Amino acid sequence: MKKLLTGNEAIARGAWEAGVVVCTAYPGTPSTQITEHAAEYDEMYAEWSPNEKVALEVGSGAAIAGGRAMVAMKHVGVNVAADPLFTLAYTGINGGLLLVAADDPGMHSSQNEQDSRHFGRAAKIPILEPADSQEAKDFTKLAFGLSESFDTPVMLRVTTRIAHAQTVVELADRQEVGLKKYEKNATKYVMIPAYARRRHVIVEARLDQLQEYSETASLNRIEWNDTKIGVITSGVTYQYVKETMKDASILKLGMTFPLPRKLIAEFAEQVDKLYVIEELEPFIEDYIKSWGIEVHGKDTFSVIGEILPETILERMGMPPAKNIDNSEVATALPTRPPVLCPGCPHRGLFYVLSKLKTTVAGDIGCYTLGSLAPLNAMDTTICMGASIGNAIGMEKARGKEFARNLVAVIGDSTFIHSGITGLIDVVYNKATTTTIILDNRTTGMTGHQENPTTGFTLKGEPIKELNLELLVKAVGVERVVVVDPFDLDKLEKVLKEEMAAEEPSVIITRRICALIDKVSDKTPFIVSQAACSGCMRCMKLACPCIIKEGKKVRINTAQCVGCGLCVTVCPSEAIKKEGGANV
Amino acid sequence: MSDITNILIVGVGGQGTILASKVLAGVVQKKGYEVKIAEIHGMSQRGGSVFTQVRYGKNIASPTIPHGEADILLAFEKLEALRWLSYLKQNGIILVNDQRIDPMPVIMGAAEYPSDAMDVIKSKLQDVSVIDGVSEATKAGNIKTVNMVLLGSLSKVLGFEEEVWIEVMKETIPPKFLDVNIKAFQAGRN
Repeated sequence: MKKLLTGNEAIARGAWEAGVVVCTAYPGTPSTQITEHAAEYDEMYAEWSPNEKVALEVGSGAAIAGGRAMVAMKHVGVNVAADPLFTLAYTGINGGLLLVAADDPGMHSSQNEQDSRHFGRAAKIPILEPADSQEAKDFTKLAFGLSESFDTPVMLRVTTRIAHAQTVVELADRQEVGLKKYEKNATKYVMIPAYARRRHVIVEARLDQLQEYSETASLNRIEWNDTKIGVITSGVTYQYVKETMKDASILKLGMTFPLPRKLIAEFAEQVDKLYVIEELEPFIEDYIKSWGIEVHGKDTFSVIGEILPETILERMGMPPAKNIDNSEVATALPTRPPVLCPGCPHRGLFYVLSKLKTTVAGDIGCYTLGSLAPLNAMDTTICMGASIGNAIGMEKARGKEFARNLVAVIGDSTFIHSGITGLIDVVYNKATTTTIILDNRTTGMTGHQENPTTGFTLKGEPIKELNLELLVKAVGVERVVVVDPFDLDKLEKVLKEEMAAEEPSVIITRRICALIDKVSDKTPFIVSQAACSGCMRCMKLACPCIIKEGKKVRINTAQCVGCGLCVTVCPSEAIKKEGGANV
Repeated sequence: MSDITNILIVGVGGQGTILASKVLAGVVQKKGYEVKIAEIHGMSQRGGSVFTQVRYGKNIASPTIPHGEADILLAFEKLEALRWLSYLKQNGIILVNDQRIDPMPVIMGAAEYPSDAMDVIKSKLQDVSVIDGVSEATKAGNIKTVNMVLLGSLSKVLGFEEEVWIEVMKETIPPKFLDVNIKAFQAGRN
């Protein structure tokens, strides 16, 4: 049976067909749906782990115990999981272990565009790169065999255009492989120096064997055509080369580490001019250069951003498609940056922070949008969990006075992911940081995943909620306040008090994400034109529904979800519920 | 048209472009075509500029439509139509929803909305269909079905039988919302 699947769905399907028993992940675009789809199969246990490190530890525990396991994360998640990853290459596995790393060239939804292949190489594990959903499924299945044959974790590296593109996939049945025998084997799984020294020798020998394997593996193949130009490529870029360079010979690499050196040399010899077309880093190209083979790559293509079919046309000097020219208007068009949604609970907080001109050490989530105009209420955003440490550092460098108008802002899921350790540092090292945990009862930006604070697992089972108040108190924070971020007066008062206090404090702003709120009255508000004084105070909320029209404002009732925050800031009582009295 | 038909759907996050492309993909699959779709999830969905690229036919390599090779541009919003216009091939077709959604820079007064968007589009293309999606969706019974009104308009251009579209809608849309969506689709089609 054939089905149109995203790359992410295909990976989940591949894991199921391969007899995987445990799937773990922390959500992160573009990888999130892999594990959401994995959770749809009853035969597989699937969990949202608190972070990627825990996800890999759970996955590798399952593998060591003899079951096949898949662990999925976005590229920056691999940074978090790097610690177990590097040593897992030493221990090897028992049941197959696959790490899916989803890169985001072009940074559609990421804070950097690092290339995960560097991580695979540094950890000394094989890397597979599928070029469509069919390969995403096939390579996932193949990876488990490879993992078990060579006793190593395997990395499946995808990019946004593989993860989120839909192409047709031939489905197969699940093959129950069962559990491998579990035997205690301390010299293999306990990495004290004496044992690790022995294992490192095995890692290096394994890389040689994997390199031999890659020479003849069906993962790598040559498509001969005209030999004037030869292109070595992998992943979705292969599809773009096929689309644009119809005459070129292509060496398509499905396995990009270790590389098939002999196959590449043979291909290079038979073409007049050799190109490597790869997104992001010159990973393949650098190897080829180190072997003394003449090759073009990043002299023609950038290391920055995506490569698309039109990029290849332009960089290879081919004529562009005859299109509609809008260049004279295109540059002047207003941009459309993403915004906090209508009704977003974070809006209240950032409105007050903006008003108080507070220095805000920020974090990763929907609330990062508080950094954009007109709120402009964020000073730093580095990585998951960085806000609290950043705020401590600011205080330690500039002194306690600086902390009197300084906060760390972090979401509930991000706090669990890696904010707790920062908060422990606040208390332990006597910082006076005010930490604001934005508790919107979900993991918002990635599309509403459960987390330990929501009361449900990935599979929808109810569990005991993690109690944020008790947790931060247990860390040693004595000042803990819970406030509704739409109660602006109270929020401002609490903020001023907590920032003024020369001791650690935590403010939990608790209000459900507007997109999952099924309870509140969603009747939109309207503005009485007679009553509106044109003060424009409501415009400072950066609500996409409030539109300036002449000297007054109007509400876009098609978008308004009736949250009423604008009512709170309007001094003229000009904003009323649609259909209500006194309009 | 060549072996491949390229349809670019653009709009603003939250307008329902993804559901529209899902139905379209189902229809062309039922008609026996190979299909590839590219879209972006994540941050841009929060009210940002969004797009879905649908390609169907045979021997499709790239999941994205190469710049300048879209046969049809289905735009859910006027400014987005103008922004993505250069993806359209020279004798391409455009279907535009006559709706203005101000982006934040315009709301703040930092940038001006191109009020002549429709005139600019018409000056560059012969085949322009303007659709009043909001009115049609409201008439159908739910303003949120603008996406199905537009899909109905697109269905006229593509020419597959109405029954196939309805069949796929039945498979894709929850029963609770099906009737109003079909009504909106038919309003766009007729």
